[in-house]
Amino acid sequence: MKRLMIGNESIARGAYEAGVKVVSSYPGTPSTEITEFIAKYDGIHVEWAPNEKVGLEVAIGASIAGARAMSCMKHVGVNVAADPLFTSAYTGVNGGLVLVVADDPAMHSSQNEQDSRFYARSAHVPMLEPSDSAEAKKYIKLAFYLSEKYDTPVMIRLTTRVAHSQSLVDEESRNNIELKEYKKDVSKFVMMPVMARGRHIVVEQREKKLLNDLENNEINVNRIEYRDKKVGIVCSGVTYQYVKEATNASIFKLGMVYPIPTKQISEFAKSVDELIVIEELEPFFENQLKAHGIKCHGKSITGLQGELSTGAILEKYLGKTINKPNKNLPNRPPVMCAGCPHRSVFYALNRLKCTVTGDIGCYTLAANYPLNAIDAVVCMGASVGMAHGFDKAKSEKSKNLVAVIGDSTFVHSGITGVINSVYNNGSSTIIILDNSTTGMTGHQDNPTTGKNIKGEPTYKLDLEMLLKACGVEHVLVVDSYDILAVKNAVKEAISKDEVSVIIARRPCALLNRNYPKPYYVNQETCKKCKACLQIGCPAIENLENNGVRINPELCVGCGVCTQLCKFNSILQEV
Amino acid sequence: MNLDILIVGVGGQGTLLASRVLGEIAILSGLDCKLNEIHGMSQRGGSVVTHVRMGDDVYSPTVLEGNADYIIAFEKLEALRWSYYLKENGKIIVNDQEILPMPVISGKEKYPSNIIEHMKKTYSVLDIDAISIAKEIKNPKSVNIILLGIFCALEKIDLDLGLKAMLKYVKPQFHQSNTIAFNKGYEIGKRY
Repeated sequence: MKRLMIGNESIARGAYEAGVKVVSSYPGTPSTEITEFIAKYDGIHVEWAPNEKVGLEVAIGASIAGARAMSCMKHVGVNVAADPLFTSAYTGVNGGLVLVVADDPAMHSSQNEQDSRFYARSAHVPMLEPSDSAEAKKYIKLAFYLSEKYDTPVMIRLTTRVAHSQSLVDEESRNNIELKEYKKDVSKFVMMPVMARGRHIVVEQREKKLLNDLENNEINVNRIEYRDKKVGIVCSGVTYQYVKEATNASIFKLGMVYPIPTKQISEFAKSVDELIVIEELEPFFENQLKAHGIKCHGKSITGLQGELSTGAILEKYLGKTINKPNKNLPNRPPVMCAGCPHRSVFYALNRLKCTVTGDIGCYTLAANYPLNAIDAVVCMGASVGMAHGFDKAKSEKSKNLVAVIGDSTFVHSGITGVINSVYNNGSSTIIILDNSTTGMTGHQDNPTTGKNIKGEPTYKLDLEMLLKACGVEHVLVVDSYDILAVKNAVKEAISKDEVSVIIARRPCALLNRNYPKPYYVNQETCKKCKACLQIGCPAIENLENNGVRINPELCVGCGVCTQLCKFNSILQEV
Repeated sequence: MNLDILIVGVGGQGTLLASRVLGEIAILSGLDCKLNEIHGMSQRGGSVVTHVRMGDDVYSPTVLEGNADYIIAFEKLEALRWSYYLKENGKIIVNDQEILPMPVISGKEKYPSNIIEHMKKTYSVLDIDAISIAKEIKNPKSVNIILLGIFCALEKIDLDLGLKAMLKYVKPQFHQSNTIAFNKGYEIGKRY
């Protein structure tokens, strides 16, 4: 029976049907739900790894042992996992090995819009890109098959619009495949120079063979749809859907986006008057086709940034007029929730006029008005290393310097930064925002929560003990809601000539929704000083008559704002 | 039948459930269907939009600007923000509620006045105080179900089919109260 599934659920379903046995991933929008959906099936070992590198290494190990294995991550996660990826291309596999990567064109929830197709080309691994949920399931099964047939890891690329769009999918039964036999083979699996030189030759031969089979339609994943032959369009993924809808051109749809069958495309080009390449982000296909002497154009029409859509193609390619949004409306940017424990910590940093290196999580929103409390954000874990570098540059602003990082992000890649700072005589101050969850991606457990992906109890990483072991003598634990305590802890830490860590602890406001009574503003005693607005809580509203009110529908009773009111005018309902 | 619908609101208002019910209506009607939703950072109190497309063959998961048959809006400013997606004779079903965005809360910008009147100049608008109705029928969380009921009546979708689709996505303990909410919305929609 057909059922609506988001692309991510369909990948999960396909992996289940393909007999996947081990899945290890790190959450990251828009890839997170794949691993969450797989965790609902029995008979598969599924886990959250501390980061993408470990996740892929776990999958590689399982593959060598003979199991079908998979690791899922967002595009920037592949940067972290790139080291094992490139060399697993040399070792090849035993059980099928698939890396699913979800790109985020237009950066709905990301810090850059890098194009993962280049990873496939650089690592010399084949990459498939589905255009909807039904194809996502088909391709993940094909990926496991190709992985074993060609002895290579296979990548699947999704983009946000495939990962988070629902379409109809047929459910089939699971293929309960046996573990493959593991045979020790150091020339294949031990990548030291002498073996790796041999394997590099294998990699090149494998790619040639695969491309040859692709050109000869032995791998049946690309297709031509002839329509109007004046124009032929080369495209893949969700862009295929837009092209299909916006134009009547003939289409060369690439299901495998690396390698691409340039001989077939060259023939296709001859059958149409003009060849266009429509692809999001980089001119990945276009440049390869041009390098093979195939006349085409693409990026001169579509540009390099953001997403495409049916409307974008109608407008940019066909010159049609498309309705535009009204730019004069107030924006509704995402904000930290009412009761968010991060808010009070950043308020304290704002008041202390700290220079703050930030990190990846909901708390990145503290860079916005009115908290304005972050100076730099680059990637997962970077706050710690950047603070150390800022400190060593000995600028005037190094004195009030603080790194801020979430608990899950700290485990992901902040720990090595701390070890580095201590080892190299740093003196930076690091705040770990421990909200007992991985918040932004939708509340996944992590090594600090004491629960695994299935919610079962497991060892809870003790941050205090870990920091001591790294050589941090000065570890302070404060309640995130207590602004004065946070301020005092920061003042003390930055005055010390050693690495200090403050753990600001308080669970995410969305975890336990048993909220206390909301607060209200006593309008008779309120002096309209608006100090409470400086914390940027969505429940505290600036009134047109110049006053302030607390919206009882939004207030969750955290009471942080009472610390800002010098006139005791914020009171709790009884 | 080909239908393009946008469900718009503020992160946390429950637009996803409404889109799933519409998807189920498509399946029960034997149509192809695609939905597009937003997860992640933009959900944190931000403006959210879900695209629902149904028809014989649906390709793009997102609606073409200027091509939507309906906008179902949970909040007024969001109705206005996304109204450029509507086709000329398209309809807006809007819950008459204001949720202030951060730039308004902090006093930097003003919430636009007379949104409904403004939209009525260009579009066919059905504005409804769904919160009051939800409170009346003692199910304050049923705003989305009421709006769905209105939509089904306007689109002449069979009441039983609409109910069946809705109940699939609602927890059993809320079946009775949401059936009342759906019927209430359906009655309102029939009057237009």
